[in-house]
Amino acid sequence: MLDDFFTRALIGGIGVALVAGPLGCFIVWRRMAYFGDTMAHSALLGVALALLLEVNITLGVFAIAAGGAMALVLLQRQAVLPTDALLGILAHSTLALGLVLVSFMAWLRIDLLAYLFGDLLAVTQTDIALIYGGGLAVLALLAAIWRPLLAGTVSEELAAAESLNPERARIIFMLLMAAVIAIAMKIVGILLITSLLIIPAATARRFAPGPEAMALIASLLGMLAVVLGLFGSLQFDTPSGPSVVVAALLLFVLSLLSHAVRRGSRPAGALEKTS
Amino acid sequence: MVNVTPAPMPVDSSGTDTPQPEVQAAEAPLIEAPLIEARGLGVRGRDRWLVRGVDLAIRPGEIVTLIGPNGSGKSTTVKALLGILETTEGNLTRRADLRIGYVPQKLSIDYSMPLTVRRLMTLTGRHGRAEIDTALGEVGIVHLAEQPVQQLSGGEFQRALLARALIRRPQLLVLDEPVQGVDFGGEIALYELISGIRDRLGCAILMISHDLHIVMGQTDTVICLNGHVCCSGTPQTVTASPEYRALFGSRAAAALAIYRHDHDHVHLPDGRVVGHDDGDDQGHDHGDHHHHDRESPLPEDGTAAKRDPRDAG
Repeated sequence: MLDDFFTRALIGGIGVALVAGPLGCFIVWRRMAYFGDTMAHSALLGVALALLLEVNITLGVFAIAAGGAMALVLLQRQAVLPTDALLGILAHSTLALGLVLVSFMAWLRIDLLAYLFGDLLAVTQTDIALIYGGGLAVLALLAAIWRPLLAGTVSEELAAAESLNPERARIIFMLLMAAVIAIAMKIVGILLITSLLIIPAATARRFAPGPEAMALIASLLGMLAVVLGLFGSLQFDTPSGPSVVVAALLLFVLSLLSHAVRRGSRPAGALEKTS
Repeated sequence: MVNVTPAPMPVDSSGTDTPQPEVQAAEAPLIEAPLIEARGLGVRGRDRWLVRGVDLAIRPGEIVTLIGPNGSGKSTTVKALLGILETTEGNLTRRADLRIGYVPQKLSIDYSMPLTVRRLMTLTGRHGRAEIDTALGEVGIVHLAEQPVQQLSGGEFQRALLARALIRRPQLLVLDEPVQGVDFGGEIALYELISGIRDRLGCAILMISHDLHIVMGQTDTVICLNGHVCCSGTPQTVTASPEYRALFGSRAAAALAIYRHDHDHVHLPDGRVVGHDDGDDQGHDHGDHHHHDRESPLPEDGTAAKRDPRDAG
């Protein structure tokens, strides 16, 4: 069954969505969307360097994304520039650096578009092993730091005062983000990873009674988006990564509409009763 | 301000074999070893000292209140004591395994996180359903258990935060401006609740407050900060000290009087106090920020001499 490219794409995409859900929730709660985007952008530099040094690409991407995150944390402490300016500088300069480096390596024929927007249909069995092995490790670590990370998200000081070590949890979380970017790059591409992290989480917010439920629902919605997106891509012959993101967006819009309908119907009903 | 991991702190070895302070009478504990003690504590910010030379000790069951103008280092001191901020100098001794319940000054929970009051209660530790209901009952909001925290009023939210700190059965409850965002009626109710907590649970309380009038009546020790410890002691000693009056004006000097000696003076419509048994305040105009006590001797440690002369009127 794994011989079929479409099946492999489905299984790989579902694995990525499973991991992206809970992580994406924290990115939304902690207002780190742009931060995640910056880490993802730096991934191309990781690809270029990995190709140059002839090391594993996933490893290269992880190293550069994690290094970029740590550099950002240090720069934030120096408070030389507002965080959004720092993020803007880092995001686009690392992307540009990656593009320039890639163009220097004229001896390589690489499909740049596949890295930028993903090539879901070129998922190999090795990729699937990586997604599930790495993904489960990420989820296990996230579960281990769940309480300090969540408490630190509500209030870093509160968590620190009650000896939960939120700073360690935050650093581990950034490393997990780097890991997810590295394993998800193949599926949705550098430029679209953040959307797979954020859109399902944002959609889940409307249905979730608590943080844990939101993480679970985000995973499920992400998987649904992958399935819908891939079948859509097959049906309409559209690029797979963007199709998945469009499917996630459709789910988000539907959730907005259902919310508006529910909210709108209540006052109307009340009005009828009073009249 | 940079948040750092708590620096390894010297742990008071004598504290390790001290029995856990279960519910105990408020009078007894002053002889017991302190839960937390600072000697010459100082925290330096980017380019200046945020607070320096703080000596203080909190004993089991004691209520200690930090007062001082804005920017006087109250929150910094508390954060250093809690290990949220790294201390630049001085010694900090904490009882081993000191259980702390903390109600921070500013806490806003982003709407993007679905969080009910019930879930808030288990934010930093595991607690059973019955335990949660008890803690919420202690602060009178058990009916709000399933509400999203974002929908609570200021007073309800402060109560929820208080319950969250209490559910840990802390030996030390730390409250940074506990009545922020609470309307006046709610403020008094909240302070009554807080003073009742010590009596019922026997925990020590470290509190930062602006409400001198209310605080003074319910505190064992007051520490007045202005970049350093200006004065400290019982509310009586502190309100009588010239340093305190220099900082807060003589209106504040009457704070204790108003609270403790309700019957021995009368406020005239223009704010003057008559019939006070403290000669200093006799006929003193409350609106007047110039002080008669210029004879105030500066404390023997040179630090107080750095006090901003503007404060002295």
